[in-house]
Formats: sequence, structure tokens, C-alpha cells
Amino acid sequence: MGRKVLVLAEVKDGNLRNVSYEAIAAAKTVSEGGEVVGVLLGESVRNLAEGLIHYGADRVVVVENDKLSNYSSDGFSQAFIAVVNEEDPEAIIFGHTSLGKDLSPKVASKQDAGLISDVIDVEVAGDNVVFTRPIYSGKAFEKKIVTDGIIFATVRPNNIAPLDKDESRSGDVSTLEVEIKDLRTIIKEVVRKASEGVDLSEAKVVVAGGRGVKSADGFKPLQELADVLGGAVGASRGACDAGFCDYSLQIGQTGKVVTPDLYIACGISGAIQHLAGMSNSKVIVAINKDPEANIFKVADYGIVGDLFEVVPLLTEEFKKLKVNA
Amino acid sequence: MNIFVLLKRTFDTEEKITIANGSINEDGAEFIINPYDEYAVEEAIQVRDEHGGEVTVVTVGGEDAEKQLRTALAMGADKAVLINVEDDLEVCDQYTTAKIIAEYLKDKEPDLVIAGNVAIDNGTGQVGPRVADLLGIPYITTITDLKIDGNHVSVVRDVEGDEEKIEATLPLLVTAQQGLNEPRYPSLPGIMKAKKKPLEELELDDLDIDEEDVEAKTKTIEVYLPPKREAGKILEGELKDQVQELVSLLHKEAKVV
Repeated sequence: MGRKVLVLAEVKDGNLRNVSYEAIAAAKTVSEGGEVVGVLLGESVRNLAEGLIHYGADRVVVVENDKLSNYSSDGFSQAFIAVVNEEDPEAIIFGHTSLGKDLSPKVASKQDAGLISDVIDVEVAGDNVVFTRPIYSGKAFEKKIVTDGIIFATVRPNNIAPLDKDESRSGDVSTLEVEIKDLRTIIKEVVRKASEGVDLSEAKVVVAGGRGVKSADGFKPLQELADVLGGAVGASRGACDAGFCDYSLQIGQTGKVVTPDLYIACGISGAIQHLAGMSNSKVIVAINKDPEANIFKVADYGIVGDLFEVVPLLTEEFKKLKVNA
Repeated sequence: MNIFVLLKRTFDTEEKITIANGSINEDGAEFIINPYDEYAVEEAIQVRDEHGGEVTVVTVGGEDAEKQLRTALAMGADKAVLINVEDDLEVCDQYTTAKIIAEYLKDKEPDLVIAGNVAIDNGTGQVGPRVADLLGIPYITTITDLKIDGNHVSVVRDVEGDEEKIEATLPLLVTAQQGLNEPRYPSLPGIMKAKKKPLEELELDDLDIDEEDVEAKTKTIEVYLPPKREAGKILEGELKDQVQELVSLLHKEAKVV
């Protein structure tokens, strides 16, 4: 049969985000041999279209407008819905990112459509496209289908493998002119606070600290370890509540849910609410002074010891590994 | 100021999840106000105390949600509305819930609607933005600060750890992110007063809603628990040796670095 699937590509600091490639891979499955159309929205983004095609998009539609220089739900929804009206797709895939979470419900509402958010897997079973998603922050999972109207889903970063990059692929890149009006929310300023480079939800390695880090300064050795591994730093609710770090770093049922390849829990006891946010990580390492700590029950590898001794040694050891690699 | 809070009753975060007969087992579980909705209730009370007006807490659910609404009233909300769909709807998705809430709100002329940015059970974060769209008002999600001056609103929005400073005007819908405020505990006099505050119960008929008009667009076909994680290997020996062994295991056995 074959479906036409629109994928909203996401741009950060002038580059495509990884989740956009993952969304293309999901769209490929949903399309069942139909067409995957990348959608690029922004002030000046046309140069990124090729990247989408290299990762599996069949063609790309670009909407450029100075009113799209910053994300706003009003601006981006007008632009995206103009593309939907032009293309009349059977399915839509977004990344489940800050932008995707904000924009997708509005687009779904405008289309009078259902929406399956935060998907970690997609498969085709008979006539149905079946999406798997965590519920209760990963304490359980559900499989869901759309029963009426357009198929619309957002995919969680880091869970669906992107297709292999193929620079020999080519495809059509077209432009759609859209008049954007009535922006009712205006961004006055963006303050960069997140750690440089690696986003917590997309990081392959997460080094997380709990109450055991004792202070804001206590996070320094964790950051050094994360830097060596190209990862990001996270925290438990205990560490955030104690004021050691910003709530944006919190991992757990309240806070972020992360699924990195490697999760290193430092001085985290392992409350149920924290485990919900990280126990679906591929490999878990626990470092804690208390051998009875709950975190050891979910860890693949554990070291019973003081994180302030263990973490710097670990950083040194990884440095050696990188040098020898 | 006419303020509405969208509230959901959820499992306590410390509850373990079990499955019975193909769905989540609710027997004996503790329920709470969705933690993000608690920030919404607190913020609504603070805005009312500063600017005057009234806070109405709205939920869509069953009879049992009265307890969470009473808690919100005990915190300081003025009125509560329970839209009881227990007898009318077997399946509800975010499309359904948003349509019902929007139908209720459409003639209430809200100045400010506050919701949690996500519920910790289904975790979609759809209902707030959907309601705003259906009401034709703008929305800002995951806010960590809210200031209102007349008709003018300044908001700080959390975007994956960065902050956007955004300006808008009322009417507006915002969704609360952690860090917005410190929700108060209900005081004893608050709990006593809450018993006498108005709690209105409505059904779809009262809102002139046909079940077909709000029929879910999505369906859950299976619910399952993740494979239980087995406790792994606790390393032993001199600390330096343990660290070396760990790095070697991660590199050679787990192959993650």
C-alpha cells in the first residue's frame, strides 16, 4: 500500500538533531514503502535538506520565514499545517523533544487527530501501525494504535536506530511560501544554562549524582567523568531538592526519563521514583557507600565505596583507555 | 482574575506497578494529585492572592477523584469541578479529555488556565496545549516563572535546561514545570474549610456532549511490564583494581565505551 509520512526535522545551533534521523527511520517503517518527506522550518535552513535525504528522506519541503527564526507554537504550527495541507500525508512523525512536545498537540488538535506521544518502538502488524511507549515513566509499557484519522506520533530520542548515512542518495528539495501571522507569544531572550554540547535526553552516557554528592561543588568530579566519556550530567530528586543542582537535571518519574547506553549512578540510593527514570538504560553502574542501597539491585556493575574516591579514579582510567584506543 | 487549573489524579510516585487482567492494577494503590498539577494549583493560588479573583480546579475522571479535588481546595482553591465520565466512556485518550475540558471552559471566559506540563502516568503532555488550541488561546509549556502585570504576562520557559524569556497577554494557558514554586501542604483549617467549598459534579449530558463527539482516536492494545533487571556484579578487591576491572568490563564485556 505505502503511506506518505511527514517528518518534522529539528534544528539546533544550525545543525540537525539526531532525533530527526531517528524520526526518519521510524517514518520509513510507518511508510511501508511509501514516501518519507522531511519538513524543515526556520529562517535559513535549506542547506540542511541534503542531510535528511542522506539519512533516508525521499524528499524535503522547506519553509523559510524570518518569523520562524525562534520556535513558537503559533509560527511553527502555521508553517507545518501549511505543509500538511499541501502534502496531505497519511502519517506524521516528530521527535519527542521540548519542541516536539510543545508543537505536536497543537498540530494534532488542528487536524482533529489522535497523537501517540513518546514512542520508543514502531512496527507494522497487519493493517496496524503499532507504537510502543513507556507509561508510569517506564514502570510499564503499552502498545498503541491510531483508530481514526491521521497516524501521528512523537519518538523519544535515543531509542530508534537511525538508518545508515548514504551520501549517494539524492532527492527533491522544494520550498513552500507561507505567510506567518499573529504570533501571540514572543521570545525576548534565550539564556543558555544547559551544559555545553550534550543534551541529557540524547546523551549516550549519563553520569548522575544523588544526595551523596553533598554539594554543588560535589558535582565537579561527575562533570569531569561525563566530559571524558562525551556524556551529560544528571541528578536524583534528592540532589535537586537539596539545592545541589538545577531541576532541569533531575532524572526520575518527576523529571526526565533517560535511556542512555551507560548510566553511572553516583551516591544515589535508588528510590522507586528515580529508578523509573533510568532503569531502562542499557548498562547501569552504581557507586555507593552503602552496600544495601537499592540502586545495586538494578545495577549491572557496582562498586561499594566513596564516590569522591571512585569517580576521579574512574575518570583517570577512562582517559587511559581513550589514549590507548 | 478568572483562573482555572486542570488537574489529574495519578498513582503515587512511590507505587510499584502491577498488571491484572491486561491492565494496570489499581487495587490498594495510593493516589495523589499529579505532582506537576500540584505546582499548577500552587501557582494559581499565588496569582489569585496577588491579583484577586477565583481559582477553579477542574478534573475529568471518576468519583474517586473527589479526594484530590478536596486536597486542592484545602490548599486554597475556591471551587472544584468533577466531570465524571465513569458511566459514559470506556476509553478515553488525550483527544477525549481535551475536548471535554474545552467544552466545559468555552463559556467560562478564563483569563488564565494552568495545567501540569505532563502527567506522570500516561506521560503525554498533550491535554494543556490541546485545550488552549480548542479555546483559541495561546499557550506556553514547561514554565518555571510567571509574572502578571495587568494584561501582560512574562514567563520563563524551561527548554531542555535552557531558559526562554517569553512575553504574552491574557487570556493564556501555561503548563507548570518543576521549579515553578514550592507547593504548600494543606493546613488543618484549610482542610476543614475545604469540606464546605463548592464541588460541582457534571456528566457529559450536562455539557451537551455526545459520546461520539469525544470518541478516542487511539487505542491501547497491550500493557506489559519491563523485564525485571537482575542485580549484577558487585566488584571486590582494592579500589584501584575494582576501577580498572570496571572500565575493562564496560569496554570489553558490555561494549558501551
